[in-house]
Amino acid sequence: MTRKKAGKFSVLDRPNSYIGKTVPRPNLDRLMQGRGLYVSDMELPRMGHAVFVRSPHAHAKITRIESMSAKKMPGVIAIVTGPELAAVITPWVGVLSHLKGLKSAPQHAIAIDRVCWQGEAVAAVVAISRALAEDAAEAILVEYEELEAVTDMRTALDPETPVIHALLGDNLAFERIHDAGQVDQAFAASDAVAEADFIFGRHTGVTLEPRAVVADWNAAEARLTIYQGTQAPHMVQNIAALHLGLEESQVRVVCKDVGGSFGIKVHIYADEMATYALSKLLRRPVKFVADRIESFNTDIHARDHRCRGRIGVKRDGTITAFEIDDLTGIGPYSMYPRTSAIEANQVVNLVGGPYLAKNYRARARVVFQNKNVMCQYRAVGHPIACSVTEGLVDLAATKIGMDPVEIRRRNLIPDDAYPCGSPSGLKFEQLSHHASLGKLVEMMDYEALRTEQAALRKRNVHRGIGIASFIEVTNPSAAFYGVGGAKISSQDGVAVRLDAQGAVICQTSITEQGQGTESLTAQIVGSVLGVSMDRVRVILGDTDVTPYGGGTWASRGAGIGGEAALQATKILRKNILDVAAAILQSSPSELDIADNIVVNAGDGAARIELRELARIVYFRPDTLPPGVQAELMATRHYVPREYPFAFTNGIQASWLEIDTETGFIRLLKHWVVEDCGTIINPQLVDEQIRGGVVQGLGAALFEKCVYDERGQLTNANMADYLVPMSAEVPDIDVGHVVSPTLESELGAKGAGEAGTAGAAAAVANAVNDALRPFGAVITEIPLTPQVILKALGRI
Amino acid sequence: MKASAFAYARATSLDNALELLGAHGDRAKVLSGGQSLMPAMNLRLIAPDLIVDIGGLSELRGVVLQGTNLRIGALTRHVDILNSPEIAVHAPLMREAVTHIAHPAIRNRGTIGGSLAHADPASELPACMLALDGAVIARGPVGERRIAAVDFFQGIFQTALAADELLVAVELPLAKQGSAHFFQEYARRHGDYAIAGLAGQAVVEGGVFADLEVAFFGIADRPVQAKAARRLVNSPVTPALISDACEALGEEFDFQEDQQASAAMRRHLARVLLVRCVATLLRRPELSLSGVVP
Amino acid sequence: MTTATAISLIVNGERVEAHVEPRLNLADFLRDHLRLTGTHVGCEHGVCGACTVRVNSEIVRACLMLAVQANATSVETIEGVSDSGEISDLQNAFRERNALQCGYCTPGMLITAQDLLKHEAEPSRDRIREHLSGNYCRCTGYQAIVDAVAATARLRRGPKE
Repeated sequence: MTRKKAGKFSVLDRPNSYIGKTVPRPNLDRLMQGRGLYVSDMELPRMGHAVFVRSPHAHAKITRIESMSAKKMPGVIAIVTGPELAAVITPWVGVLSHLKGLKSAPQHAIAIDRVCWQGEAVAAVVAISRALAEDAAEAILVEYEELEAVTDMRTALDPETPVIHALLGDNLAFERIHDAGQVDQAFAASDAVAEADFIFGRHTGVTLEPRAVVADWNAAEARLTIYQGTQAPHMVQNIAALHLGLEESQVRVVCKDVGGSFGIKVHIYADEMATYALSKLLRRPVKFVADRIESFNTDIHARDHRCRGRIGVKRDGTITAFEIDDLTGIGPYSMYPRTSAIEANQVVNLVGGPYLAKNYRARARVVFQNKNVMCQYRAVGHPIACSVTEGLVDLAATKIGMDPVEIRRRNLIPDDAYPCGSPSGLKFEQLSHHASLGKLVEMMDYEALRTEQAALRKRNVHRGIGIASFIEVTNPSAAFYGVGGAKISSQDGVAVRLDAQGAVICQTSITEQGQGTESLTAQIVGSVLGVSMDRVRVILGDTDVTPYGGGTWASRGAGIGGEAALQATKILRKNILDVAAAILQSSPSELDIADNIVVNAGDGAARIELRELARIVYFRPDTLPPGVQAELMATRHYVPREYPFAFTNGIQASWLEIDTETGFIRLLKHWVVEDCGTIINPQLVDEQIRGGVVQGLGAALFEKCVYDERGQLTNANMADYLVPMSAEVPDIDVGHVVSPTLESELGAKGAGEAGTAGAAAAVANAVNDALRPFGAVITEIPLTPQVILKALGRI
Repeated sequence: MKASAFAYARATSLDNALELLGAHGDRAKVLSGGQSLMPAMNLRLIAPDLIVDIGGLSELRGVVLQGTNLRIGALTRHVDILNSPEIAVHAPLMREAVTHIAHPAIRNRGTIGGSLAHADPASELPACMLALDGAVIARGPVGERRIAAVDFFQGIFQTALAADELLVAVELPLAKQGSAHFFQEYARRHGDYAIAGLAGQAVVEGGVFADLEVAFFGIADRPVQAKAARRLVNSPVTPALISDACEALGEEFDFQEDQQASAAMRRHLARVLLVRCVATLLRRPELSLSGVVP
Repeated sequence: MTTATAISLIVNGERVEAHVEPRLNLADFLRDHLRLTGTHVGCEHGVCGACTVRVNSEIVRACLMLAVQANATSVETIEGVSDSGEISDLQNAFRERNALQCGYCTPGMLITAQDLLKHEAEPSRDRIREHLSGNYCRCTGYQAIVDAVAATARLRRGPKE
C-alpha cells in the first residue's frame, strides 16, 4: 500500500488504483450458482406466452387466416393478426437522414396483407403456456398466394426482377460512392494490379439465450414495463412509447442478466414490438422467448456481401490505390432504427484504413431481398473491410514477390504521423500500427514459423501464416446515429452517491451483457474515490433508475460510460473532502481518501472513516458547521466531441495446417496485438478479444446462413449452422500497445469488437499462404473442406 | 419448440412393450435413450400418439460373452460400450467408434439399439456392424429372429424392423486372432455426424491382408461395405493396386450430396479413407503419401 | 393418456412429488415447475449443452429427457451441485480467470467440467477441450474455460512429491 504526496490529482495515478489491474468481476457467484435472472427465467402473475405463426414462404400475399377452432383450444387467451394489432402499435421505417438516399418501406409488428420473408410473423397466439400456444398455432389455417421472391442480390436490381415494394420504385435501399485522390492514374502508374471477388457468408449471432421479452402493461397505472435483454434500454423506451402512443415516462425498460448479445439484441424486432402491443391489448404481462429455430429465422443476419476489390502496387512495395465495388443483400426492410445501410457504409469507410495509400474509390450498394432482415452484428462492416483490404495486400505482395510482413511495414501509416485522416474521411488521433506489427512478429516468432513451414512443406505437410492489420471504430459520437435523426443517445451518464454506511452506490446508463461493464465501472469509481471495490455497488439496465444514455454497443462502454463514471466520482470525491474538511477543521487540499478512509494527503494518517462521515452527514447534520450543506451524490454525463470516433488499431496472425487430401483445416494458434488506449482491466479486455476472435474464426471456417433460390433458410438449427466449439479453436495469445485518447481523462478506447474485425482475414490469408505451392487463391468464406478441395482441383 | 402432446407408457416387460407396439403400429414410437427421438419431437418433426418407454427393461442391458459371439443388449448405452472390458478385448473397433459419437452427455443416454434402429446413414455403429459381420436380434409377436447387418440397413432411417418388432440385442463374432481395426471419420466439428467415415476390420499376415472388411458411413443412404477392398486381400499391396481399388470404389456407391459435401467430395474422401486405412493397417505410411488418390 | 402422470424423484437432495404431462421435458420441469432456473435452455435439440444436469450422478441433456423418465432418479442441478460445495474450487477458478461472461453456458460448463475432473485427475488441454466440445459458448472463445479447468485439476492433484 503506497501513499503519495499531495500533488496534481491524476486519476490514473491513485494509490491502490484498480485501473490497469486484473480484478475478478464482482457478482459472478450468482451466475455460477445458477441464480442469475435472465428475462427467459421471468414469470409474472397472469402472464401469457406468445407464439408467432410464421410464414413458410419468402414472399406471399396473405389471403386468409382462419383461427376459430384454434381460439377454442385449451389455455388460449387470444389470437391476434396484423390488422388487429395495428390498432395498438404503429408501423416504422428504418431510415436515417444522413445516409443520403436510403429508402425503406413501412414495417408492421405483424405482417398485414403480405409477408416478405420466410419466418415473418402473420399471427400471434397468446396462451397460458408456450406448449399450449404452439398447439393452437398448429390449428390456425393460413392461406397464401405465393409471389416471386427476390433471393439473389446479383440480380436484385435487374429490370426483370420484381420490385418488392412498389412505392420504392426499385430494390435499391442505399448506394454510396466515394472517390478520393487519383485512382485511375494510380493504377496506371502501378507495376502490378491485383483484383479479386471477395464473397462472404451470411452470418447470425446465435446468442445462447435467445431473444426474450416480458412486456407488462399495467392498465391501472397506464405504464408499460418491458423486461428485455437489450443493449440500449433508453432507445427501446423511446421507440416503444412512440409507436404505442405513450409518453416515455410511461415506459420503463429493465434489462436483467443477458445471455449474450453481440449486437443481436440492440435492434428493434417486429415480434418484440408485437409483444409490447399484445400486453397493452390484453392488459396482462406477455412473454415471448424465441426458440432456436425462430432465432435463426428472425434474429438479424449480417455480413452478406460480395465485394470486388482491386489494388495497385509498385515494385518497391508501395501500394498505390485501393478500389472496391461492394454489393450486399439485406432483407425486405431496413432494420429499425439503426438501418441496414450502416454495415455497407462502414465497409466504404474502413477499406484501406491502416495504410498510407491516398487513392481510394468505392461503390457500395445495398439491395432488398426476400430473406431475413440484416443489421449490425459485432464489428459491423469491419470484418468485410479487413478481409478485403488484407486479402488485397497479400495479393499485391504475391505479385511482386514480397513477404507479407514486409509489404505491411512499407505501407502502414507511421506511428508518428498523427493526427491524420484517411482517404475515406476518417480522423485518426493516434494509432500504433508499426509498434503493433513489431510486437506481433516478436510474439509469434515469425521467422521461426517461416522456417518450420518450409521444413514441413518438404514432408508434404502444409501450414500457413496469415497476417491482418485493422482499424476499429469505438466510442462513437452522435455522428453515427444522432445526426441522422435517430433517438439513440451517444452520451452516457453516471450518478454516484455515498450511502448511510459510507459505501458507494453507482447508477450508470451503460449496460452489461457479460463483457464486464459492472466491473469496469466499479474499478473506476473505486480508484478515483479511494474506496475498495467491495464497497461499490453498480446499478445498470433500468430506465427508471439510471441516468439517460446510449447503453453498450459499438465498443463505447469503457470509453464513454467509463469517463462519465470518472468525472462523476471526481465530483463526489471533492464533495466528500469538502465536508470532511469542515468536520476536521482542515482544508480539502490537505486531505485524500484511501481504503475507505479520509486520510491526510501528506503523511497518510487516518482522519475519519467514510462510514463515520456518512453517519454524521445523514443523521447528525446538526453537528456540521453553519452554512455547510453536504452533497454526497454527484452526476456527470460525457460524450466525445472532438473525434467522431475513437479509432483503435490492431493486428492479428493465424497459424494453421491444411490436410490437402481432405481439405480439413486445423487452427494451430492465433495472435492478437491490440491498442485500445488505457486498459481498465487487462483480463477483461483480453477476454473480449478472445471471444471476438473466435466469432471471426467461426466466420472464416464454419458459419453461413444457407438460403435456397426460393428464399428458404435451409440450415436453421444448431446441427447445420456450425458455430465453433471448444475443440475447433486454438489458444489465442494477446498483447497490447497503449495509445490513450487525450480527449478524455480516462484515455480508454473500446475493445469489444477488435477480435472479430480481423480474425477471418488472418485465417483467409493463412489458408492462401499454405496453398501457395499449389497456386490456389481463395477469396470466399467460409473456407470449408469442399472449398479447399475445389481450389486444389481435387474435386 | 415444445413437443406435441402424447400418451406415455413405461413398458413393464418385453411382452408388454410388444403388446403396445402391436396395438398402435406406427402411431407409437419406442423411447430408449431418446437422443435421436427427443430432438425430432421437440422440433415437432414427428408427433406420435404414444411413447413406449423401454428404459425399465433391464434384461436388455449388458454385454455377455456367448460362445463365439459377443451379445450386447439393445439398451446398452454408448458409455457402457466405452467402459466394457469385453468389448475392449473382443470388438475394439466398436469401442473406438463410440468415442466419435456426439458428446459425453449424449453417450450417457444413447443406446446401441436406439442408434441401430434409427439408422442414420452418417452414424458410426451401423458401419461397425457391417465391418464386424454382426447381426441384430429382433423380437416380435411371433418370436425372435436374427437379421444380418448387411440385410438390416435398408436406407435413410430405414431398417428391416417391422413396426411391431423391437431390437433386443446385437451379436458380434469375437475378433479373430491377430486381427486389427481401423476407424476414421471426417466431421466438421468434434462429435458432429461424419461427412465420410470408415470402419475397418482386418487380419494381416506377413504384410498381406488375409482378411479385410471395409465399411463406410456418411457417404451413401446407408452404411455400405466396399467390395473394392476385396482386391487388396491375399495380394501384396502396391500403389498401383490401391489405385485400382480406389478407382473401383468410386463406381461402387451412390454418393450422397448435401450442404456439407457434394457427391464428388464424398467419393474423394472415401478414397482417401481407404488409402489411409490400408496404409495404417499394413504399417506402411508411405502408401498414403504416394499420391494414389486422383 | 396424455393426462398428467405422477412422478417422484430426488432433486438436489430433496424429495419432489409432481404430476406432469408426459411431453414435459426435464429442463422445463426443473425451470417452470420447480423454479430452478439455473438450468438453461438454448436449443432444445441437444446440441448446445446449456441444459446439462446430472441424473444418478451422470451428466445428461435435460432437454432430451422427459420429466417422466426422471421418475425414481436423483437429479442434481447447478444450484444443488453449487450449494453442496462440490465445485467451489472450480467456481473460484472460473471467477479468477473470468471463464464466464454472460453466464448462460456456465451452469452446463461447470457440471460438464466437474464430470471430467471426477474421471480424470490430469486432463490435458486437448482432453479438456474434447470433453467440453458439446458445450457451446459464444462469449469466451473457450480458452479461459480451459485454463480454469486445468488450474482446478492441478489444485486438486495437490503438490507433487
